[in-house]
Amino acid sequence: MSILKGKPDDDIKIGVYVCHCGHNIASTVDVEEVARRAKELGEVSVARDYVYMCSSKGQNLIRQDIMQLGINRVVVAACSPRLYEQTFQNVLRESGLNPYLLQVANIREQCAWLHEPGPLATEKANRLVKGAIKRVIHHSPIEEQSVPVFPATLVIGGGIAGIQAALEIANSQQIVYLVEREPSIGGHMAQFDKTFPTLDCSACILTPKMNEVARNPYIRLMTYSEVVEVSGYVGNFNVKVRRKARYIDEDKCVGCGICVEKCPWSTESEFDADLGVRKAVYTPFPQAIPNIPVIDKERCVYFLKGKCRACEKFCEAKAINFQQEDLFIELHVGAIIVATGYDVFDPTPISQYGYGRLPNVFTSLEFERLCSPSGPTGGQLKLADGREPKSLAVIHCVGSRDQNYNAYCSRVCCMHSLKYSHLFKEKTGGEVYQIYIDMRCTGKGYEEFYERVQGEHVRFIRGKLATITADSPDSETGEKLSLSCEDTLLGGLVNIPVDMAVLCVALEPRHDAEQVAQILRLGRSRDGFFMERHPKLDPVATMSEGIFIVGCCQGPKDIPDTVAQASAAAARALAMIVRGKMETGAITAAIDETLCSACKVCNALCPYGAIFFDEVSNVSRVNRILCKGCNVCGAACPSGAISTRNFSESQILAEIEGVLV
Amino acid sequence: MSFEPKIVAFLCNWCSYAGADLAGVSRYKCAPNVMSIRLMCSGGLEPSFVLKAFKEGADGVLVCGCNLGDCHYTDGNYKTLMRMTLLKKLTEQLGIEEPRVRLQWVCASCAEDFTNAVNRITEDVRALGPYKKEKVEVESGKNT
Ligand SMILES: Cc1cc2nc3c(=O)[nH]c(=O)nc-3n(C[C@H](O)[C@H](O)[C@H](O)COP(=O)(O)OP(=O)(O)OC[C@H]3O[C@@H](n4cnc5c(N)ncnc54)[C@H](O)[C@@H]3O)c2cc1C
Ligand code: FES
Repeated sequence: MSILKGKPDDDIKIGVYVCHCGHNIASTVDVEEVARRAKELGEVSVARDYVYMCSSKGQNLIRQDIMQLGINRVVVAACSPRLYEQTFQNVLRESGLNPYLLQVANIREQCAWLHEPGPLATEKANRLVKGAIKRVIHHSPIEEQSVPVFPATLVIGGGIAGIQAALEIANSQQIVYLVEREPSIGGHMAQFDKTFPTLDCSACILTPKMNEVARNPYIRLMTYSEVVEVSGYVGNFNVKVRRKARYIDEDKCVGCGICVEKCPWSTESEFDADLGVRKAVYTPFPQAIPNIPVIDKERCVYFLKGKCRACEKFCEAKAINFQQEDLFIELHVGAIIVATGYDVFDPTPISQYGYGRLPNVFTSLEFERLCSPSGPTGGQLKLADGREPKSLAVIHCVGSRDQNYNAYCSRVCCMHSLKYSHLFKEKTGGEVYQIYIDMRCTGKGYEEFYERVQGEHVRFIRGKLATITADSPDSETGEKLSLSCEDTLLGGLVNIPVDMAVLCVALEPRHDAEQVAQILRLGRSRDGFFMERHPKLDPVATMSEGIFIVGCCQGPKDIPDTVAQASAAAARALAMIVRGKMETGAITAAIDETLCSACKVCNALCPYGAIFFDEVSNVSRVNRILCKGCNVCGAACPSGAISTRNFSESQILAEIEGVLV
Repeated sequence: MSFEPKIVAFLCNWCSYAGADLAGVSRYKCAPNVMSIRLMCSGGLEPSFVLKAFKEGADGVLVCGCNLGDCHYTDGNYKTLMRMTLLKKLTEQLGIEEPRVRLQWVCASCAEDFTNAVNRITEDVRALGPYKKEKVEVESGKNT
């Protein structure tokens, strides 16, 4: 540890390399002067300027000086370290020098490009270079490290995202544990009737994939299960899974369904968005994988009152087991893919839309179930009084693009709204009104689908819905709902009488997203979805190394994007497994045990849980693999015992002195 | 010669340093008085860094981090916020006028927030005149 804080060794030989970057730097800053001034400093052995330091000739200048002059600290004054630091680190590495004996002074982005040409810009460049020179004296070699990767992957959530990721990995003959909270995999996609823009039947494209999951010998499927604890780090996670008691022996059950048939107790079906009923022992839908029912302890009369056991009497396989208990299973995996999806927005709080009060106002997810042949009405659209609706209003952006609820766009609602127009026309031939703010049909084939639906005599009204009320002004047609809405194209308020209204509700982060984020140490963006490592360049990784996010848990998206992201994450996990090891960051905190006063302040501050207290030695210690080098601990340590490699106090203090004095 | 303030800026690597780089890439112009020092996270700013800057002759210190909620280490900048509140109390007690120490969130695409912050602190400090550390050292000596 003392190498980090201790005084630098004696024979330090610094080489300074000032880049012209063509005219980019040289036209604003007097680069020759910068090199000259650097050379005047005692510690500097050689200072050169060159037209393109990043070119192979420029790199060779550095390489030669290291080899021939014995330069052992390098300062490059050029563009931002965010661009070429790694290139120059490689030059050091190839020349036999530890790459961390380099410091970059940013005289392009944060000097030449920011200021007018002249002595003040040159003066600033001089100061930045001097800061780098003073700093690099305090640099010491950092050992880079790698960890072995255990060849198994955990996928959390068995919607289309989790299914896709699991299959990609399993098809490469690598072990996957797929943990799904519900009794069956499938997620939201299993609830849909048709999928935009091609209108393929959702079950027809999803069921084969679900069956593949069941058949693939590399996939260990755990449904009705939840991840309760994750410890360890990239390459070596230890995961604790709770397998909830099904009260049905999975090994004995043959999936005949007699228990479901004989069960006398019914309750609302979650799968049917509470519009239909299911039994107390149930499989959520006919194509469920696995095809093994669960007994809902909250509804089963035997559990509630101690009498019944009808299912047990009829089960020939003797699979019913009321004594079953939750099981806790420990898994060892190298990578984790999170695919927990989304919840739909509950529109009850927008009371002017009447949801929950007016019987013929539905949410989009409910409408999906009403359209589905396996749904509560067998795919027939019906009003509360049993009549077929003659007109429908589809309301966009309910709970999305709304400062009161979610500011973001849910991305799929415009498209499924169009899908509903088409389905309604197909099923009833009735009138459809689309009440939209903006049409956003940006995917492949989406605009074409929009045009197709426009050709189907659908009425598009641009504006925001104000209210839905029950008192129809046009009672002769028997219509029950009256929509009051601003038409921003015609200018003015319009009243639309319809039989049925569908609220296209926002896609929201799961209600338990915070809990999952805590278990996995994931960040969340302002909208509440899990946060990716980089919004553009790394949308599947997270700041927790080895943990990836895919599908709607990262943000609202359609099925094609979900599948693409899932395959991308699978590729990342496979890459780790194939290489068998992972390099972890070199910039990590170190604790000087002789200074640690055992106050444990740092333990709680670390956002990655990388600091733990060693009771035996009575000091805090850093797990270098978990640490990301933010130095939050270092800044808080009252004893000054913590220092972050390459960003240590002595290095920064020296840099401060350099830029000022 | 007119007074040219010397100001040190501490920028977190992920948002603020990227935002400052973007200012350069976009060729926005700002006062050449601020020297940036890169930290991994604004939450890693040790109070000694700020004091050291004044000790070595800085006339002002600018601290920049990601927008609240966007810190790449989840919540490092909330720690910065708390720490800076305390630190500003200390610096004021040491006789360092309030405008000389400034905290500004700069996101990776907020290039103008950076140049504006640079220009503002430069103007404010220029108006205050050079920071006289001798005076403060005597006063703080009395205090301790
Ligand atoms: C009404 C509606 C209609 C749509 N129609 C279309 C369409 O036609 N075409 C199209 O491309 N897209 C459509 N979409 C979008 C589509 O639903 C999503 O793109 C897709 O379902 C995302 O899949 P997912 O796997 O990320 O999430 P989900 O489908 O939500 O799956 C997540 C899975 O994870 C499980 N899970 C959650 N938390 C946990 C946990 N803690 N532990 C274990 N398991 C957990 C869940 O039970 C679920 O099975 C529609 C969306 C809505 C709301
Ligand atoms: S990384 Fe920018 S403030 Fe933490």
